[in-house]
Amino acid sequence: MIHVIAFYLFAVMTIASGAITILSRNPVHSVLWLILAFFNAAGLMILVGAEFIAMLLVIVYVGAVAVLFLFVVMMLNIDFAELRAGFVKNFPFGMLVAVVLLAEMVLGIGAYKAGALQLGTPDGMAAQPAGTSNIEAIGALLYGRYLFLFEAAGVILLVAMIGAIVLTHRQRGDTRGQKISKQIARRPEEATVNVKPEVGKGVSL
Amino acid sequence: MTAFFQTLGMTYEWAWFVSTICGILLIALPLMVSVAMIIYADRKIWAAMALRRGPNVVGPWGLLQSFADGLKVFLQETIVPSAANKGIFLIAPVVTFTIALMAWAVIPFNSGAILADINVGLLYVLAISSLGVYGTIMAGWASNSKYPFFSAMRASAQMISYEVSIGFILICVVLWAGTFNLNDIVKAQDGHVLGLFNGFGFNPLLFPMAVMFLISGMAETQRAPFDLTEAESELVAGYQTEYSSMAFAAYWLGEYANVLLMCALNATLFWGGWLPPLDIPVLYLVPGIVWFLLKVLFFFFVFSWVKATVPRYRYDQLMRLGWKVFLPTSLLFVVLVSGYLMATGHFA
Repeated sequence: MIHVIAFYLFAVMTIASGAITILSRNPVHSVLWLILAFFNAAGLMILVGAEFIAMLLVIVYVGAVAVLFLFVVMMLNIDFAELRAGFVKNFPFGMLVAVVLLAEMVLGIGAYKAGALQLGTPDGMAAQPAGTSNIEAIGALLYGRYLFLFEAAGVILLVAMIGAIVLTHRQRGDTRGQKISKQIARRPEEATVNVKPEVGKGVSL
Repeated sequence: MTAFFQTLGMTYEWAWFVSTICGILLIALPLMVSVAMIIYADRKIWAAMALRRGPNVVGPWGLLQSFADGLKVFLQETIVPSAANKGIFLIAPVVTFTIALMAWAVIPFNSGAILADINVGLLYVLAISSLGVYGTIMAGWASNSKYPFFSAMRASAQMISYEVSIGFILICVVLWAGTFNLNDIVKAQDGHVLGLFNGFGFNPLLFPMAVMFLISGMAETQRAPFDLTEAESELVAGYQTEYSSMAFAAYWLGEYANVLLMCALNATLFWGGWLPPLDIPVLYLVPGIVWFLLKVLFFFFVFSWVKATVPRYRYDQLMRLGWKVFLPTSLLFVVLVSGYLMATGHFA
């Protein structure tokens, strides 16, 4: 009873907030609705027992990616008239994407009706062993069977990160960075000097 | 509690539902009162360190000061700036306040006294605390004003930076405890060091992590010396500048509920939660919840102490500490801890 109510609550909220993401006129509102959709999707994952994936979805997408996304969208200077002017120009392309997505979804559901794809090996090696938690099962797969693929994914991300740093990092030459160790090592005796100037003479610096 | 409601003739599902609601009230209501009292304690501690008296007029020793303040903001008019984005402006404090309460669901108050005893408890805490930034960002943007917006920018950068190192610190704890369940993490600390000290913090390899977690917690909750989001000398009151009345009070309560949560996490993850600090039978006569609350209060005192004594960081210093000091150090300790555990055959 309660899980049925919870399922329909999460499902309706996910679809509704997904729809409002596209329909809302203000891009910042769009991002906020998208975040709500992510959050409800995490709720759905908890309902099917994939709590680890649900938590990762919230931590990675809602907690980090969407924050940066929101950050960027908020910084944009949005001209609503211009946004609407581009609508007609981009309409055919948008329709094309929508048709492709619809076709994929119909194909997917059709294929599922024809008989679900056997995921993993038929002997049930990939199935979650009874009595282990989500985390143990995923860990055993990632660090056992798919170790090399996992490592490869890590290396690809590392390359992407280094690439991004190399592309954006430039030496300008005229900037002066601060050396924290030097600042901390500075003592009051080196930085200040006590003088007793004669009246009307002043001090030379 | 579910079993009790089942004896009243409810089906299991409804009994579970009602007992969960009761559990939520049992945590949230005392938490609200303790937040009010902790604000009073905070002000008294700063006052003592500044050789002042602090609040001492309302009620005996000023004990009712927070309630008087609450009543005052309750009676004030809620002002929504005309240029503000009204819906988000009003939702933002609610978000902050709700998220500050949500994470308490997985905190163990005593052995098994936990609202949601879930396998991914620690991940849940991380997930919820990473949501906390939304209240600030939404407020900053919706206020449609320069200072709140700067504050929101600072908040998001700051919280993302420190969450990275907090993640690595928690991995060290999880590696040693072998579980994400907070109740089991506390149990794993029973007699952890020499069979005498209860708590990962007594372990020389994890003590630096405990200190870094305390500091990162201050940055994550935007407490002094990391309160750049509401640095009054630069940003008026930061993201709260345009807020008045109950919306302001929601931020106020949410902020302190978050600080208490960080104290509770410090106590739970590194200092043995509801276990007494020493594994001596006599100390077990004191109920676990008393030890837990004592530890939380101790860490709250540390938070106030730091706020009263340490000057505010500059923004670049804050970022440097997060990315250039804490991140490499916590990464190093993940390697050290896992290496030590492998070498000693902890996982075998």
